[in-house]
Amino acid sequence: MIIPLNHILVLAALLFCIGLYGALTRRNAVGILMSIELMLTAANINLVAFSRFVTPNTGAGQVFAIFVMTLAAAAVAVGLAIVICIYRNHRTISADKIHLMKW
Amino acid sequence: MTGLTQYFYLIPLIPLLAFWVLIFWGSRMKEKSAYISIAAAISSFLLSVPCILATMKGQTLSLEWTWLYFGTQPVKVGIMVDSLSAMMLFVVTFIGSLIQIYSVGYMHGAPRFSRFFAYLSLFFFSMLTIVLADNLMLIFVGWELVGLCSYLLISFEYERIAAAKAGMKAFVVNRIGDVGFLLGILSLFWLFGTFQYKPLTEQIMSWKGASLAIPAMLLFCGAMGKSAQFPLHVWLPDAMEGPTPVSALIHAATMVAAGVYMVARMFFLFQSSVEAMQLVSYIGCFTAFMAATIALTQNDIKKVLAYSTLSQLGYMVMAVGVGGYAAGPFHLMTHAFFKALLFLGAGSVIHGTGTQDLRQMGGLLKKMPFTAWTFIMAFVAIAGVPPFAGFWSKDEILLSTFNSAVPGHTLMFWVGLFTEALTAFYMSRLLFMTFFGEQRDTSIHPHESPKVMTVPLMILAFFSLTAGLPGTPMAHHWLQGWLHQSFHYLPVHEIHLNYAIMSGSIILAFSGIGLAYLMYYKKSISAARVAAYMGPLYTLSLNKWYWDEIFELCIIKPFLWSTTILYAFDVWVVDGLVNACGYMVRGLSFLNYVFDKYVVDGLVELNGWIVEKSSRIARLVQTGLIQNYILLLVAGFALILWYTVLQNIGSSPFGQ
Repeated sequence: MIIPLNHILVLAALLFCIGLYGALTRRNAVGILMSIELMLTAANINLVAFSRFVTPNTGAGQVFAIFVMTLAAAAVAVGLAIVICIYRNHRTISADKIHLMKW
Repeated sequence: MTGLTQYFYLIPLIPLLAFWVLIFWGSRMKEKSAYISIAAAISSFLLSVPCILATMKGQTLSLEWTWLYFGTQPVKVGIMVDSLSAMMLFVVTFIGSLIQIYSVGYMHGAPRFSRFFAYLSLFFFSMLTIVLADNLMLIFVGWELVGLCSYLLISFEYERIAAAKAGMKAFVVNRIGDVGFLLGILSLFWLFGTFQYKPLTEQIMSWKGASLAIPAMLLFCGAMGKSAQFPLHVWLPDAMEGPTPVSALIHAATMVAAGVYMVARMFFLFQSSVEAMQLVSYIGCFTAFMAATIALTQNDIKKVLAYSTLSQLGYMVMAVGVGGYAAGPFHLMTHAFFKALLFLGAGSVIHGTGTQDLRQMGGLLKKMPFTAWTFIMAFVAIAGVPPFAGFWSKDEILLSTFNSAVPGHTLMFWVGLFTEALTAFYMSRLLFMTFFGEQRDTSIHPHESPKVMTVPLMILAFFSLTAGLPGTPMAHHWLQGWLHQSFHYLPVHEIHLNYAIMSGSIILAFSGIGLAYLMYYKKSISAARVAAYMGPLYTLSLNKWYWDEIFELCIIKPFLWSTTILYAFDVWVVDGLVNACGYMVRGLSFLNYVFDKYVVDGLVELNGWIVEKSSRIARLVQTGLIQNYILLLVAGFALILWYTVLQNIGSSPFGQ
């Protein structure tokens, strides 16, 4: 049985919204990073789905997904390093307590 | 020029060197410094002897160089010795040397001893510059320098206010004359383009233009100041505040004669204008008479001599003024000897008695024999007793006046003759009051001066008696012939003896002496009664014709008033304008300040204020919370998405 494209897109949209919601509401910096991963995953699902249904003869979408995963891993590595730095200096990783960028 | 004469330019330079040495090292040498000055003076004298002899052979020594270029025209100056300069050279260096030797005794123990000799050396240099100059520029330089030396030496004892004031007076009065002198020099340069006598002589002798009376009179202003002719005579009597050797050297023998020398030197100019000759001779005649009347009643020994000097200078000026170009310099020379001697004798008396007041003296003949006898020799020379120096030169002057072509010469002749009687009278009075009779003030203890003072007196006495001889008829007027070398542009002047004039002057001289003899020696005529009889004339003479008071009233007072008025003008008008400007600037700058503060600064601050206020609103966005930023980002994205979807309703991105 073939799962139609619509279902997959709805799934990806839900997943993205969950990630977005998490990124906006989580106080924990690590949680925010995880939510961002969720959003990237939703984007990956979309890429793979479109690759499968719109251009089945080329692997461009799948290659994109691989790239995004690699990039996400690198971004998380950097993000976690920043979080650790912030923790060392501020003894907290709560995002609403960190407002270094405020004037 | 061979032999020593080629070094004649050293004559003034040696005393200058002595001056430099003394001014720098004099205070260390103490009284030894006099030797340097005297050595310099004597070497100048020795060096001038061959030059004088050379002029007697008809030679003229000269040396000239280009001073500067006026445009492309070279202005030459130089030095020269002709017969007139040679005579002056002799007078200055010879009498000057003797007076310097005398000063060693007179100034012994005085403060600033070496400074005195330094000034004397500087004076030597300056005076010799005047004498040797072959142009008006150099003579002017020397002229000013002798003025300076005169000032320095008159106020040498500047601790006394009178001396300091006298120096200042001499300097200022001389300056007045010198302004005229300088203007005269410049006007001649403007007319003829040269300062030198020789080209000036040639050009003026062939001058066909307008009268040269103005330049001549301007030049004479200088002579009036330096030779103390009326009305600029007032400084000379006051100059007696200086040490007596200075009075002898500068204010009797040499410097004051510079005016006469200059007029004689520029005779080619003066003789071209009758008006100038008249001015010169009238002023000389009036000065001679006026000063002689003042000398009659003075009680200060140096004041009598000072007025006598004025009178004799008046004689000389009158002589050149009436055309006696040789008679004036002749009298200058004889006068230099006997007047220097008179002053040095007076100095010796002052040195021996400690007073200058004739009324305290008397009977000094026994106490100070050398001084007294040399003084008597000078006396016979000045009083016009034949056959001594003064008689011949004065006779020459009277003769020139009598034979003159200048209008009014007859009156001047009679005044001159009468002045001779006055001269004989006041000199006899001085002599009798000082050396004869009994000593009136017994509290003073006169003593003879040291040898270093009396020996120069004796040498001068010899010359006082004999200096007239080269100009006498017995010597066939050799001196006049010699001097003619300097006046070569004029025809040779034959001197015809006039025995009437000669005997007239002898009679008047002896009557003057006789009257004084009766009044001050025999006392058969009471001087006090004569004074009372003469009444206002006596008062006029005693108060020096009130010249000082007249000048005070006519010149100094108005000058002071005008300065007061000018001061008030300065304070109220000039300062007022300046202050008004200041206030105006202050007011304007205040306005400017207000504008700056409220308008310019206001605009600048408004800018800042606007930026601040707007940024206060704008920065509200900057919460610093990352999630707010993301929320805004998502909201913005959603907005764009919603808009895009709204735009594309009905069309599928995928083409169905």
